[in-house]
Amino acid sequence: MKRGAKRLRIYKDTRGEGELFRRRAFAGFALILLGLCALVGRYVFLQVLHHDEFALRSVNNSVKPRAIPPARGLIYDRNGVLLADNVPAFRLEVVPDKVPNMNQMLAELGKVIPLDPDDLDAFRKQLKQSRRFDSVPLKMRLTEDDIARFAVNRWRFPGVDVAPYLTRYYPLGPLFAHVVGYVSRIDADDLQNLDQDRYKGTTHIGRIGVERSYEDMLHGTPGYELDEVNADGRIQRVLKTDPPVPGKNLYLSIDARIQKAAQDAFEGRPGAAVAIDPRNGQVLAMVSVPEFDPNLFVNGISSADYKTLMTATDKPLLNRALRGAYPPGSTVKPFMGLAGLEYGIRTPQDSVLSTGVFYIPGQSRGYRDDVRGGVGTTNLYKAIYASVNTYFYKLALDLGIDRISEFMGSYGFGHPSGVDLPGEVSGILPSREWKAKHSPKERNWYPGETVITGIGQGYWSVTAMQLAHALATFAGRGMPYAPRVVMSTADVGKPSSPLLNPPTGPSLIKNMKDWEAVNEGMQLVIYSTDPTSTGFGTKLGEGFPYRIAGKSGTAERFSRKTDAYNEDKNTAYLAARHRAWFEAFTPAENPRIAVAVVLEAGAWGAKDAGPIARKILDAWLTAQGGAVPPHQPLQESALAPASSTQTPPTPEDTPQGDVPAPDSSSAGDDTQ
Amino acid sequence: MTIDTLRIRLHRFLRRVWTRPRIDLPLAFALLLLCSVGLVTLYSAGDANLGLVGGQAARFVLGGVFILLMSRIPPSMLRNWTPWLYAGSVMLLVVVAVLGEGRGADRWLNLGIMRFQPSELMKLTMPMMVAWYLHPRQLPPRWTDIIVVGGMIAIPAGLIAKQPDLGTALLVSAAGAFALFLSGMAWWRIGVLLAGAAGMVPIAWHFMHQYQRDRILTMLNPESDPLGNGWHIIQSQIAVGSGGIFGKGFEQGTQSRLDFLPEHTTDFIFAVFCEEFGLIGVCAILVLYAFIIGRCLWIAMEAKDTYSRLLAGAIGMSFFVYVFVNGGMVSGLLPVVGVPMPMVSYGGTSAVSLLVGFGVLMSIHANRKVHD
Repeated sequence: MKRGAKRLRIYKDTRGEGELFRRRAFAGFALILLGLCALVGRYVFLQVLHHDEFALRSVNNSVKPRAIPPARGLIYDRNGVLLADNVPAFRLEVVPDKVPNMNQMLAELGKVIPLDPDDLDAFRKQLKQSRRFDSVPLKMRLTEDDIARFAVNRWRFPGVDVAPYLTRYYPLGPLFAHVVGYVSRIDADDLQNLDQDRYKGTTHIGRIGVERSYEDMLHGTPGYELDEVNADGRIQRVLKTDPPVPGKNLYLSIDARIQKAAQDAFEGRPGAAVAIDPRNGQVLAMVSVPEFDPNLFVNGISSADYKTLMTATDKPLLNRALRGAYPPGSTVKPFMGLAGLEYGIRTPQDSVLSTGVFYIPGQSRGYRDDVRGGVGTTNLYKAIYASVNTYFYKLALDLGIDRISEFMGSYGFGHPSGVDLPGEVSGILPSREWKAKHSPKERNWYPGETVITGIGQGYWSVTAMQLAHALATFAGRGMPYAPRVVMSTADVGKPSSPLLNPPTGPSLIKNMKDWEAVNEGMQLVIYSTDPTSTGFGTKLGEGFPYRIAGKSGTAERFSRKTDAYNEDKNTAYLAARHRAWFEAFTPAENPRIAVAVVLEAGAWGAKDAGPIARKILDAWLTAQGGAVPPHQPLQESALAPASSTQTPPTPEDTPQGDVPAPDSSSAGDDTQ
Repeated sequence: MTIDTLRIRLHRFLRRVWTRPRIDLPLAFALLLLCSVGLVTLYSAGDANLGLVGGQAARFVLGGVFILLMSRIPPSMLRNWTPWLYAGSVMLLVVVAVLGEGRGADRWLNLGIMRFQPSELMKLTMPMMVAWYLHPRQLPPRWTDIIVVGGMIAIPAGLIAKQPDLGTALLVSAAGAFALFLSGMAWWRIGVLLAGAAGMVPIAWHFMHQYQRDRILTMLNPESDPLGNGWHIIQSQIAVGSGGIFGKGFEQGTQSRLDFLPEHTTDFIFAVFCEEFGLIGVCAILVLYAFIIGRCLWIAMEAKDTYSRLLAGAIGMSFFVYVFVNGGMVSGLLPVVGVPMPMVSYGGTSAVSLLVGFGVLMSIHANRKVHD
């Protein structure tokens, strides 16, 4: 190329080229002037020849397009119970340009309609951000009385008007506050990030919960209207309408009845519970106690109400199900036991001797069992139902921290479960990497930390959502599904269509025999007649038609100063020191619901959190239409069902050809 | 070369940028005047929003810094870089085509700290590449050269049109075509090409997006769609026409202030200008634009070599395309294409990239022919 260029340059007539360019530049400039003249000609045509016509049209320009905001999609529970509604209301709007003296007007108006300081604050804020010809809402949700009094005085207030709008209303109030969330007024920050065209005329936006995560579907598409307006800007006539497309309606997978039972079961004690259908990841209930009334936030919460909520010691605004991360304690033991089997370093019959205290070979620090003196020879089943620490200390040491964190990570610990709700936290899954990252002073991992990791203490922290997700994954024979609270969507007036939620991967269980063994151990928690069982005497399985599998957890809030036994058995004292967990699924052979419950201040997992889990299972059973025999006959188990209460099978649950099997409702009696 | 010598060179370069600017004063004053008119119009069109005006002023300042920097880069150095700069911008266009992001149209590249439109870069690298190619060749160009240049224009223009951004595709191809025109391409060849282009119109129509076709149809008959595309044109023409000879006066334009005129700070800001300053204002600003273009062509004629001449001339002439297309669009003479009124329309990258182009002109001016 370069050589070619040199050769060509020999023939180049530089002076001639300059002359050629000069001619072309003049020609080009002449063409440009011609183009500009054509432009001027067009402007003369518009501004001189047709000036009168356009001047008249400008003065009479009375047709204005106006955005019609779409109606927000409604939210229902799985049976069509309305959870979020749009109700018609009236508000006071002000067009700033039409008001000669804003302060005087507000003072006068305040005598006719009471105006809160909060309303005025919000109004002044929005006034700064909007154009002078756009109407700004002043007071939301006018009463009939307000409207009547304003109508009489309207002539005194040019630029002020009453306008109808749709406002969000949550009929069940606090019950779904932490799931559905709420909408609130669009503020200046939102305006920066929103698609202005889609949100023209819209005043509210989803703030938390489903309202936020499904904002895009719920919102809809605005329509337009051509209005003929008079000199005041008031609409005289609608010339043309392009109707808005309302947002999609959503159906949650949550059953309001189970949700209510779960909330009631807490009796106001702070905590959280999540129930998931292991067959598809659908969330059946999700509560965080205490709750708050989402309706307070819709039209701007008063500062007094907000202060009350913010300063309450039991933090009602905190979503404990998604953001409350607590040490999981013994609830991880079934997963630990499963890890031992799946990595092939234990068989269910392999046993250790529990003597009450465990030592890492060559170290002097002792790791305690719950019972002084230990519970003797312990295999996997006993380790689970009696929650024997020594078994899991040894197992954790044999597995090593890397295999533990790999295995637990695959069940979703240490990262968000992926539920379709905003704000979920990751919790902490102990691992070398985690410690190296978060503990800059002491980066090495010690065997002692592996030992306590094995019983769900140490760095561990887990949310109720994560534990329910892990348990549902296990219960569903290892099929991992991301938890989903929204089951299906529907366009207005059309049948609903399900949202697909395929499994996120293949089954995590390598060998179904391992699954059966751990499942068996968890059933013994409920049904074992051995007095060392943690569930002994709690009657958790009593009167329930299906076999329940469960596991309690009692995690310490504070690390112990000594390894001495604490002799204080006072319940209130223990409740202040402990977090009580319970996890359960049923029917044990073919699970259809998995529940995780955490009580922030509970003395013992089985005694305090267990009954809450049972009440959730009872509500689920009632929602299913009462007791229904399970699909498959019970496998032979250590504890054969004693008798059966017969209930006619429903077609849904019993495919043709299936023999109704005896259930195990009275098996719980044995544990008395 | 060590880091230290590099640092010293950079330091010396930056000091010279400041102490010995190589600026053509008439062009600089004309641009300053134009920017001031732009800011005044924006103040009125944006409903006295000082944030808007401040943001635009900041972009002008940034553009001014670019003028100073570019004016110190000699055209010969620019010429050596040209093929790489061209290849780089085409690569970026391909990247955008593969993984671009943007609202509706995929023309942005997210650089983390800022978003960046590679097609803006192309507005400058395109005439550079054509000038680089024609520089060593015997002029006027023959068919083979014309075909090669045609390919250089068609590839990036096609990529930009596909984004879809018809306005920028038009500006980029015009810049390349002007360089070819200025190189002395014979008139009869230009005639043959234009005839061929006219023959291509039905094919182009076939490949257009529906919204692009709608815009052309609406331009021909705006009353057919008074709610959608036609709304812009009708309201814009009312604004222009009602301005009359003397205009309604600064901040007195009802069309934009009463919100009848859409996009009155960006693509349609010139309608606000016409409404408030009338035909007299229009003529004055068009004279200013004509002076800037004329000055560019004068700088081109004074330039030392073919590369500088073609580049400076093409930059100047493509400035005309902005003015003509936007002025035509606002007055209903041309369809609605996203081409801003230079230095008047609010909006970031195009103002800055235009000023970078003027920086190149300053450098060409500084390295002009030495008269005997």
